[in-house]
Amino acid sequence: MGGLTVTPVLRATGLTKVFGTREQEALRLASDGVGREEIHRRTGGTLAVHDVGFTVERGELFVIMGLSGSGKSTLVRLLNRLIEPSAGTVEVDGEDLRALSDADLRTLRNEKVSMVFQHFALLPHRTVRENAAYALKIRGIGAAEQRERADWALRTVGLLERADARPDQLSGGMQQRVGLARALAADSEVLLMDEPFSALDPLIRRDMQDLLVRLQTELHKTIVFITHDLNEAMRLGDRILMLKDGRTVQLGTGPEIISAPADDYVADFTSDVDRTRVLTAGDLLREPRMTARLGQSTGDVLRALGAAEANGVYVLDADQRIAGVARDDLLARALQEGRTAVGPRELVGDYATTAPDRPLVEFVHLVGHHPVPLGVVDDHGRLMGVVPRAAVLDALAAVPARRGA
Amino acid sequence: MPDIPLGRWVADLIDWLLATVPWLFDAVSAVMQVLVDGLTEVLATAPPVVWIAVFTLVALVVRGPGLALYTVLAFLLVVSLELWVETMQTLALVLVAAVIATAIGVPIGILAARNHAVSVVARPVLDSMQTTPVFVYLIPAVFFFGVGVVPGVVATILFAIPPGVRLTELGIRQVDREVVEAAHAFGARPGQILREVQLPLALPSIMAGVNQVIMLALSMVVTAGLLGAAGLGAVVVRAVTQLDVASGFEGGLAVVLLAIFLDRLTAGFGQPTALSRLLRARTRRSARPVGTEAPAPRSKEPVGA
Repeated sequence: MGGLTVTPVLRATGLTKVFGTREQEALRLASDGVGREEIHRRTGGTLAVHDVGFTVERGELFVIMGLSGSGKSTLVRLLNRLIEPSAGTVEVDGEDLRALSDADLRTLRNEKVSMVFQHFALLPHRTVRENAAYALKIRGIGAAEQRERADWALRTVGLLERADARPDQLSGGMQQRVGLARALAADSEVLLMDEPFSALDPLIRRDMQDLLVRLQTELHKTIVFITHDLNEAMRLGDRILMLKDGRTVQLGTGPEIISAPADDYVADFTSDVDRTRVLTAGDLLREPRMTARLGQSTGDVLRALGAAEANGVYVLDADQRIAGVARDDLLARALQEGRTAVGPRELVGDYATTAPDRPLVEFVHLVGHHPVPLGVVDDHGRLMGVVPRAAVLDALAAVPARRGA
Repeated sequence: MPDIPLGRWVADLIDWLLATVPWLFDAVSAVMQVLVDGLTEVLATAPPVVWIAVFTLVALVVRGPGLALYTVLAFLLVVSLELWVETMQTLALVLVAAVIATAIGVPIGILAARNHAVSVVARPVLDSMQTTPVFVYLIPAVFFFGVGVVPGVVATILFAIPPGVRLTELGIRQVDREVVEAAHAFGARPGQILREVQLPLALPSIMAGVNQVIMLALSMVVTAGLLGAAGLGAVVVRAVTQLDVASGFEGGLAVVLLAIFLDRLTAGFGQPTALSRLLRARTRRSARPVGTEAPAPRSKEPVGA
């Protein structure tokens, strides 16, 4: 991901929104750390979002996660100024949204930031194709190009054959595909998705998540995705911002949040998450306690094994690739037979490996059957580290107990 | 209690207006007169059979055979009652008044939906307009325009405006907020949102308003017969003053027949007409290959398919 020199596509700083007439007073109270209910009692205003800041890098899928009333829908609307912030700034490609005139803001919404809505928000009196082309129509692009772009977007979401239908003739999942196509056809850099799959059946939701993942690998959009479902957040998000009562509770990757929840609120959420699908081999990776090299002294390796109370060791070649596993019994026999250097004859294929991005659920059955821990290897077969059985058990056992349970 | 001379003030205001801008009332009067006379001429001079055929055809296209049958029978009955000319005079009055009332009411309704201040001001005005007794409308009309057709039309317009405003405002406010928000989110200008999203989606409600405008106009036109406007109103007023039950009944019946025709015809506005349903069904059939009437199954390979 981008280094320090890259400007993030989206940067929010100190974003705050108060609904109500006594805005300044509420802002002052909020900055003094007064809670939401107290502010409402004293000013009648609602502190929807308070002092939220984050950056989203190009191509990142950034999830904002919170329960209803946590301010997430307000927050996403602050990002394209559909709601005017009470304080704080939003920058898109380094451009401050608050400095834009109405016309420039419309241009930005039309060309740079598209939005997908929870209840689809399609125009019921237009066809699917006209809906997909909506941003282009506003942009004033020629009819032929509108059609071409809209058809491309519809094909991308797998709905081209229904281009002449009306939205009310489609199922919910298909309608949201149109909503997605409308955002894609605009060819904007940033996609704001406000609980796009929440209104769909679980199976359809799963399909749509798959679709989004596939689209993202092809198109590399910068996405801000709102959800109240932590499993969805874990599945899709590169990073997740946990929102509670309009304030940031935790910001990090899925595994970070699962393995170190910031407070009880987050922990409560994470206890419901299927950790075997979130944690990857890379997350559980440990430095191997010892490795051996081809050509190393058999006696040294055997002594080291004894000291480590281990039965086997990974033997690496000059490129750090796994040549095989040296077992203590075979090493002892080699020593008896006078072979003093570890060579191919002492090696067995008694090990298993996995790639670092595989989730726990896919390799948990491989752990614990070999004299060496599960090896984690990169694309070139080089050993990056190991996942011992203890690490797996530790990860699975680290479920924080539900309060009151 | 001090005696507030409210009535005097209003009378003074009317005097002042008459003295200051007489040309305005003359111009309004002339335009109305021309519109009503012209339309009456067109409707009443052609033989009844021509217009009955036209009305029937319109009813058939807009609503279907049921209303077409009603139209033929109702207007033939009107002819046999020898009230054809009066009915056409009334129709002309109603149409002119309804068109003008709509032209005034719908834009006010749009403004009220978009601007809170307009809405706040408009609401009590509309309330008082709708609760004011019908005859009160006749008084300023007479002051400004004397007697005859024009004050009748003006009173009718004023009386018929409120539902146009109310149902337009309601219709626009009822448009799905998320859809309007989506239009904003894709950078549409306020004018584009009004034209391409709010008005089309509010159309059924606006058309219900137009329907109400027409019905109110028709009910007022009869009252306007008191001012000497020709038509069924005059027939009814004459019957009342002469205690002529027979012609009173016939005049009243003609009003009812006309009202039912106009109501059924315009109630369909904003909904798909018989003709458009037919056309749409045909295009759908030709656009789709045979055997794919059921919704297509969800595509399993959406990306790059």
